[in-house]
Amino acid sequence: MAQRVRTRRHVAARTSSAPQAGPAARPEARRAGRMNGAQALVEALRREGVEVLFGHPGGASLPIYDALYDAEGIRHILVRHEQVAAHAAVGYARASGRVGVCTATSGPGATNLVTGITDAMMDSAPIVAITGQVPRPVIGNDAFQEADVTGITMPITKYNTLVMRAVDIPRAVHQAFYLARTGRPGPVLVDIPRDVSQELCEPEFPDEIAIPGYRPVTDGSPNQIASALEALAGAQRPIIYAGGGIISAGASAELTALAERTRIPVALTLMGKGAMDETHPLCLSMLGMHGSVYANYAINDADVILAVGVRFDDRVTGRLKDFAPRARFIHIDIDPAEIGKNKPAHIPIVGDARRVLAVMAAQARAPQIDAWWKQINEWRERYPFRYRQREDRVSHQHVCDLLNRLTGGRAIVTTDVGQHQMWMAQWYKCREPRTFITSGGLGAMGFGFPAAMGAKFGCPDKEVIAVVGDGGFMMTIQDLITAAEHGLSLPIFVLNNNALGMVRQWQTFFYRGRLSASVLRNPDFARLGEAFGCRGIRVERPEQVEPALRAALETEGIPCVVDILCDPEENCLPMIPSGQSIAEMILDE
Amino acid sequence: MSEEHHAATISVLVQNAPGVLVRVAGLIRRRGVNIHSLSVGPTEDPKISRMTIVVDTPPDRTESFAKQLRKLVEVLRATAVDGTPTVDRELALIKVNVTPGTRLEIMEIANVFRANIVDLTDRTMSLEVTGRSEKVDAFVSLLTKYGIREMARTGQVTLARGPQNT
Ligand SMILES: Cc1ncc(C[n+]2csc(CCOP(=O)(O)OP(=O)(O)O)c2C)c(N)n1
Repeated sequence: MAQRVRTRRHVAARTSSAPQAGPAARPEARRAGRMNGAQALVEALRREGVEVLFGHPGGASLPIYDALYDAEGIRHILVRHEQVAAHAAVGYARASGRVGVCTATSGPGATNLVTGITDAMMDSAPIVAITGQVPRPVIGNDAFQEADVTGITMPITKYNTLVMRAVDIPRAVHQAFYLARTGRPGPVLVDIPRDVSQELCEPEFPDEIAIPGYRPVTDGSPNQIASALEALAGAQRPIIYAGGGIISAGASAELTALAERTRIPVALTLMGKGAMDETHPLCLSMLGMHGSVYANYAINDADVILAVGVRFDDRVTGRLKDFAPRARFIHIDIDPAEIGKNKPAHIPIVGDARRVLAVMAAQARAPQIDAWWKQINEWRERYPFRYRQREDRVSHQHVCDLLNRLTGGRAIVTTDVGQHQMWMAQWYKCREPRTFITSGGLGAMGFGFPAAMGAKFGCPDKEVIAVVGDGGFMMTIQDLITAAEHGLSLPIFVLNNNALGMVRQWQTFFYRGRLSASVLRNPDFARLGEAFGCRGIRVERPEQVEPALRAALETEGIPCVVDILCDPEENCLPMIPSGQSIAEMILDE
Repeated sequence: MSEEHHAATISVLVQNAPGVLVRVAGLIRRRGVNIHSLSVGPTEDPKISRMTIVVDTPPDRTESFAKQLRKLVEVLRATAVDGTPTVDRELALIKVNVTPGTRLEIMEIANVFRANIVDLTDRTMSLEVTGRSEKVDAFVSLLTKYGIREMARTGQVTLARGPQNT
């Protein structure tokens, strides 16, 4: 115990000595080429083109915050919980295509980032997280606010590093950004002990990158591509199964060109929404657990499947052995480890989706698939997405449908996790890439609203909207103050069913309706929004929906929380129950 | 341990940097696979180490393991070496009980296995044996009846035969 107290005092003493290398000393130090580690960090960030970073300060990151105090061209957005910083960095990255940056202090600050970093890992979002660490002499001693952050984040980062010398910071940062955005993108964490941030050094800022163990393959093998084209040309029931990799690679135009040249239908994953204009006649919308019946039927019956930038996630395939049982698989991915991971690929192609699809689109021959299209169109007509409108209850799907129509599918939409997420996926028809931002792989409640903030900072000139559930919104709602503080024009639509809707749905279907811990008592979200300085609108009746949505979409310079009381009993269909196959799909009859 | 027992060998060249061993071992652990043996040591290039990992995984998963390992930034090369001709060796140090009556007998066994006697007291004998893991296993089992007091094994190291690299 005595030991512990001494450690704390030790840390406190160091904190008070932090201003030593403060602003007064800096201009000269910089001219002399000398600066402290924190200043080197900020300079390195500037050189990476960072304009915005999301973060929350603390003891171990005080030197970094001191350097940020007079950083030119870098805006620090103070969030009220570090999880929000990480989700916002992801929203920023996925909306803008640039690397998102978040920062937190040691210990609890860093552990609060963990959910957001994991989300970035699962959804291959390029973010860099910068964390403060306790000073070098006390690392490993259970110092105050110490956590083994590089240890904790090892499985959830593409790479992480603990920087032990100030002079190494520029290279660590340069590598972090390079790793985050190249190959299969992902999160990279840089952990910097406080005394390293304070240490004076004469850093060099490298332009080159030398990472011998990291060489993403970008050009697909011509032989494999030729085999793929041959398989597609001879196919009778081909389909393209396209995912988030298309968006990361910026391959939407190439995908569309290939589809148009061959008339092969395209089904999108949740992460792939926006990879192709969903109103395009060749696009079959989303497939998978809550995907369209016709996309699922089509992939199930396909004889050749061109899978691009996808990972055969269980939410798409259901029971693996029954997934597309008659198909030959062509699998294109930049990450060799994805190929054959869940389903053996008959024709594997390691490469960048854009480059590979460009070659394919230029060389493809169209198969004879009139009969196939006739079949698909029959399914399309027979099983459209649909919903009931009741006189006394607001339909979730109607709200989603209306948002699609009012924005023309061109707004950037973020969602939280649950039923509303799937309804938005079904009803919001993305017209372009980077317009549908959702926690796909991790399914992290609390993601939607912070991601929208990040997206708005990344794309201030675009319309950004958040659609969230009442459960998930409560997980990160405190940051309404951040959105209000920055005057973000950001409508937040709360599909409020007074329930953890998706949990309630599973309990209804699979647990005999025993609604264990899934019914919520909620605050008045509109008034809560107002308390934070946002505009608040409450919608209780169907006829109020459209005026409220319009009013929210037109609100400028302030976030607008629209609390929409929706049908508390609606279930999200169609649904292929977890671990089952298309034969067990629950239809909406 | 599971019913089916497999041993697949993966040879991994890594940059000699802090935490690499943890990254490699963690990656394997996360997939719920048991590491049978893992040996690390420098190579001809002091900046590069070689790990030879023997894991309990079915052969059809070994390549996917190697692929995951290649994703680690510090991993320069990862090869599933099963199926290619290799030289595999392991070294063991074994301390057995001896009595005046058993000493000669043990020396004879050691002779057959080309094991060296590296330490001797009136009550113990320490032996060093090198070979494929099966040979070491066989040697150990022959010594068991004398009473093995302690044993240390290095785990397998492997190189491909011929001019081709592992
Ligand atoms: C952090 C987290 N905790 C728990 C879950 C499990 N979960 C998935 S959906 C869901 C219900 C979400 O309810 P709500 O936000 O109201 O959205 P709805 O389903 O009603 O649209 C829950 C609890 C999760 N995905 N994330």
